[in-house]
Amino acid sequence: MFDTLDAPATHVPERRFYIPVEHHPENGTLLGFWLYLMSDCLVFACLFAMYGVLGRSYAGGPTGAELFDLPLVAVNTSLLLLSSITYGFAMLEMQKNRLRGTLGWLVITGALGAGFIGIELHEFAHLIQEGAGPQRSAFLSSFFTLVGTHGLHVTFGLVWLATLLVQLIRRGLIEANRRRLMCLSMFWHFLDVVWIGVFTFVYLMGVLP
Amino acid sequence: MTGHVAAAEAHGSLKGYVTGFVLSVVLTAIPFWLVTAKVFDRPGVTAAILLGFAAVQIVVHMVYFLHMNAKSEGGWSLLALIFTTVLVIIALSGSLWVMYHLNTNMMPPMHGGTMGQPDMRHMP
Repeated sequence: MFDTLDAPATHVPERRFYIPVEHHPENGTLLGFWLYLMSDCLVFACLFAMYGVLGRSYAGGPTGAELFDLPLVAVNTSLLLLSSITYGFAMLEMQKNRLRGTLGWLVITGALGAGFIGIELHEFAHLIQEGAGPQRSAFLSSFFTLVGTHGLHVTFGLVWLATLLVQLIRRGLIEANRRRLMCLSMFWHFLDVVWIGVFTFVYLMGVLP
Repeated sequence: MTGHVAAAEAHGSLKGYVTGFVLSVVLTAIPFWLVTAKVFDRPGVTAAILLGFAAVQIVVHMVYFLHMNAKSEGGWSLLALIFTTVLVIIALSGSLWVMYHLNTNMMPPMHGGTMGQPDMRHMP
């Protein structure tokens, strides 16, 4: 039994370890954040299912065709789509280690997102003023819940973006800030994906007879 | 060094973002045009086409903006996405299917209407 332990070291082959791929320590964060987005996706799936079930229950109140202002929705959609590509440009500047460019594109992204929220709040205020508030019918309850939840996500994205601007100005493009920028990038593009569902399923299909 | 090149590719390029943006603009403009110009008479046809465009645009966003591919995170993010897609389809189609049949088959009988086939003419 002790023979093996006492064997001369020259007989023991040298141990070698191979790492086939380079390991990125931040990969865990990105995958974890992706899993969060997927669970958020399920939240939206439930809200979409609710809207799908209740979206035509007008309770004698106004219908989507009477309420929705499609040109305004088109403007909103363009704002969000533009903010998606400007965020992409910010990420490209980050890859080139250009802090000023990154900040500039992030500010433009934030302005477009704020415009989106502004128009949405204007739309909500207009609907409530017309007496088409969330308590009017099941259709309007589900409409305000679904679109409002998306708007709330965009609002939190804006808060996150403003926080990141401060951190970038104070610390620059350090590793932690790059990771945060990549997480917000996924969040922002994900919200644009959800908006595709909203403008198709709620607004465009809502005005169909 | 190769790792850096792969990482740069994984986070997108100018060409990728512009391609995704142009495709998205086209895929958004056509549905809006279909609805506002009332191209099709039957709303069912329009709805089906709208859903088709939305599905394609979601894939475009996933590929060009979220950089989804089979290799990112060793395939785990794609696996999570497929799993989520299955759940979303079950939740959506299941809810709509069940609630539709609940509406049509369990409408309270009015004026002696039968359970299975409520006579819509007598509905208020």
